[in-house]
Amino acid sequence: MTTGPAVTGPEVTGPVTIVETPIHLDYSYTPGVAASRFLRSLERGEIVGQRCPRCKKVYMPPRGACSMCGVATDEELTLSGKGTVCTFCVTRIPSPGLEAPYVSAWIRLDGADITSMFLVQECDPEDVRLGMRVEAVWVEEADRQPNLGNIKYFRPTGEPEAPYDDYKDYV
Amino acid sequence: MRQLQRPVAIVSWASFETPNEPARNEVEMLLPVVQEALQKAGLTQNQIGFTVSGSSDYLQGFPFAFVGALDAVGAWPPIRESHVEMDGAFALYEAVNVLQEPGIDTALVYAFARPSRGELDRTLVLQLDPYAVAPLWPDARGLAGLQAQAMRDSGRFGDVPDVPATTVADGATAVVLAVGARARELTDTPVWIRGIDHRIEPAALGVRDLTSSPSAEQAARSVGVDDVDAAWLHALYPHQELLLRSALGLHGQRVDAKAGPMMVGGLERFAAAAAGISGGASKRAVAHATSGPCLQQNLVAVLEAEK
Repeated sequence: MTTGPAVTGPEVTGPVTIVETPIHLDYSYTPGVAASRFLRSLERGEIVGQRCPRCKKVYMPPRGACSMCGVATDEELTLSGKGTVCTFCVTRIPSPGLEAPYVSAWIRLDGADITSMFLVQECDPEDVRLGMRVEAVWVEEADRQPNLGNIKYFRPTGEPEAPYDDYKDYV
Repeated sequence: MRQLQRPVAIVSWASFETPNEPARNEVEMLLPVVQEALQKAGLTQNQIGFTVSGSSDYLQGFPFAFVGALDAVGAWPPIRESHVEMDGAFALYEAVNVLQEPGIDTALVYAFARPSRGELDRTLVLQLDPYAVAPLWPDARGLAGLQAQAMRDSGRFGDVPDVPATTVADGATAVVLAVGARARELTDTPVWIRGIDHRIEPAALGVRDLTSSPSAEQAARSVGVDDVDAAWLHALYPHQELLLRSALGLHGQRVDAKAGPMMVGGLERFAAAAAGISGGASKRAVAHATSGPCLQQNLVAVLEAEK
């Protein structure tokens, strides 16, 4: 058996407990055909969803397939940008870019069968209610990018609260 | 060899492959392939007893990407489902085993990948020993080069071809399996899986003899490849075909060797073999798939036409 130089010193006698092996990989992400059309619609100030040909549910954002039926969702439809607050949360500590208190809400856009999370602003957080009718507030046209950041937040429309039956499956 | 208690056949398949899928995401690429395979079997997802997929989230760079892929099958009401972080051929192996359970008569196996979106040679480094080997970043082609050179140095293989760039291809394959009488109901030309075995060599490259493939040899012995007339081999580089021919004892049989898309190519070999057999080009053939560096894991099956 060959032996190397003697290994001595306090720093090399104990067991190794941590090994750092940095990993870095680069990817180019492709949203896909359906998501690309959705992101382009946001650039135009529109919200596009897709309807499942089988169960008729409307996906927003569209995924190109109905995850419940396993079929392609080819039919596209433009949503109004109005919706209903289905559940919400008032956060009382600030987040980067957000002063406390602020409201995050799961909003079911009219015609959509999935809720999405947006901020609710232009109203007192104490006044936000389940069933509150809200509408999208967009960034200036010149500043629009193909992403959901184009919708700054939702604000109350002033319409009467939606009846519970309209959103009871989404609470 | 171990006999399957319940005979399993490949009843339908579909495959798609392209060097670079530019616009569709993984689910959009996979969905038509799954639907084509199901349609050819005359089945809908709710008639499938077991669904299993093979893919690697590392290729997509997205955690739980394999769960998102379930959009392509429609997992509602909840289905019995599984996944292997390997080539889809190893998912097929799991399906064959699950089909041994009474009460499950059909299985859908699929695989998908778009390695064109990342750096495949580097991504594959993450399947190596994370402490002593991966930090050195020996890329996949480099390891294949070590194997080819070891084969050259052994003098046992004649001309050993140079190692070309690692195949980067995007694609998806789906295969429908069925048991016994159910398979005969679904197709006039079931392709029977007479034997299937999966053997694994050590992960540490230094303890392996890279000029032989004992895992392929043992799997081949276990399933009995003596009287096959053709072989569909999953060789990621040309020199691996030489090694596999030797390990499987192939002499004179028609051999179709291919890499295909990473995580898909092995299952595609099963689909291609099934197509060859059901089309009459072969009566009894080997379908093979590999995984890991330098043929570390090998899956060998014997497929046969209905007698």
